[in-house]
Amino acid sequence: MTRRRTLITAQRILTQLKHDPRTIGLVLAVPAGLVGLLAWSLLHRPGQFNALGPRLLGVFPLTVMFLVTSVTTLRERTSGTLERLLTLPVAKGDIIGGYAVAFSLVAMVQSALVALLSYTVFGLHHVGIPWRSSLVALLSGLLGTAFGLALSALATSEFQAVQFMPAFILPQLLLSGLFVPLGDLPLGLRQVADVLPMSAAIRALQPNETVSGALLQSAVMLGYIGAALCVGALTLRRRQP
Amino acid sequence: MSPGVVVDHLVVSRRAHPILHGVSLRVAPGELVGLLGPSGSGKSTLMRTLVGVQAFQSGRVLVDDLPVGSPALRDRIGYVAQSPASYRDLTVEENVRYFAAMLGVEARDASRVIDVVDLNAHRHDLVSSLSGGEINRVSLAVALLGAPRLLVLDEPTVGLDPVLRERLWTVFGHLRDQGLAVVVSSHVMDEAARCDRLVLLREGRVIFEGGPDLLLTTTNSSTYDNAFVALVRSAP
Ligand SMILES: Nc1ncnc2c1ncn2[C@@H]1O[C@H](COP(=O)(O)OP(=O)(O)OP(=O)(O)O)[C@@H](O)[C@H]1O
Ligand SMILES: [Mg+2]
Repeated sequence: MTRRRTLITAQRILTQLKHDPRTIGLVLAVPAGLVGLLAWSLLHRPGQFNALGPRLLGVFPLTVMFLVTSVTTLRERTSGTLERLLTLPVAKGDIIGGYAVAFSLVAMVQSALVALLSYTVFGLHHVGIPWRSSLVALLSGLLGTAFGLALSALATSEFQAVQFMPAFILPQLLLSGLFVPLGDLPLGLRQVADVLPMSAAIRALQPNETVSGALLQSAVMLGYIGAALCVGALTLRRRQP
Repeated sequence: MSPGVVVDHLVVSRRAHPILHGVSLRVAPGELVGLLGPSGSGKSTLMRTLVGVQAFQSGRVLVDDLPVGSPALRDRIGYVAQSPASYRDLTVEENVRYFAAMLGVEARDASRVIDVVDLNAHRHDLVSSLSGGEINRVSLAVALLGAPRLLVLDEPTVGLDPVLRERLWTVFGHLRDQGLAVVVSSHVMDEAARCDRLVLLREGRVIFEGGPDLLLTTTNSSTYDNAFVALVRSAP
């Protein structure tokens, strides 16, 4: 794995995005728009947006980046370009790393935009640690990218890849504590909910979370990112059976 | 020491279906070999094995004395897959430059190969806006990058007009003259005449091997098309 090839690959992926301004627009505008919608809908319930808003910063980057990454990498797998790349003196890590770098940049811009609008236009009051929401939003975007890379190996068409989104995201959302407080879940589900990646993101963003607690949750997310990237690299095969 | 391609008793099965049944093949440096055969006969499978993307069950496949798939071969083989492998949402130049950078050759080389495949006028066009034959030439340009010792070209001239085909076969000939081993598959039988040697596959077996003239004389045919039909129809 070389840094040069990783960066060149990241640059190539960003150039592809650049030629597709509509996708960039959707990736950036949809999460911000959703948070705005939530703020608006809770206009007459002061306090609720402040409770929910920060946690959504952990949900949107994960969801959007998961979708974008799984579709882009699936395209790379099915178009033959991945197979072609793997015949070159290229490490699998160069390709996986390129995706991780490119999409974490996108996730960074995306979460910065959501955070900026939330704290200015949408009237979110920041309580807790200032750097936290940006860090967690970035990690959550990376989680989406890493899982998108790994799970796209299971899809054989873009249609299937899109179906992975509800299958992967919605159960985590249901068990994230946003709908049912974690303490009220049946025991078996509670244990599952405790270890899900999205739960870590949401917990790290809870206003009453301590610094060390947020760091611990971030470490859990990093662990998931690392593991999913490794699985992603394993799914790249130079030789077809 | 036998540089070039050595294939001995190659057996390939995909999903438990036997596809190649003990194929043997030699391609020397400076030799242009045409791979012919009916659709589904295993041409692409054999070529995929040569570039190391297809696993095989038994046999021996060496390029420059190294087993295919060896890391040391990765900058020595230029490959055009049957279905074009380029990024539709990048321009011609962005595609070729990216592959050049991954291969570790200079950006200047990208301009050279774009020239060779006559895509200069489209260098800044998105691949998605190109015609089928133009898209194929993007893949061909990528295969010519750097200094390959072996070119494996799976139907590189499909969808091209006679003028462009002529031009590209001249390029293949030049590369052969420079000492490259070149394997080209084709359905256009007239292209057979441009090869030093022909290998005809049928149902995963080699049923003919020899020069273009031998193909005509053994089948007693006047055209390559007739020779092909005669051989493919002949009893095993
Ligand atoms: N991915 C695959 N999985 C299973 N079998 C396959 C796969 N790809 C090809 N085959 C089978 O392998 C056989 C040989 O295919 P191959 O692509 O090598 O033929 P070909 O000679 O290149 O044909 P064509 O001239 O149409 O390109 C075919 O019978 C095909 O059904
Ligand atoms: Mg074929």
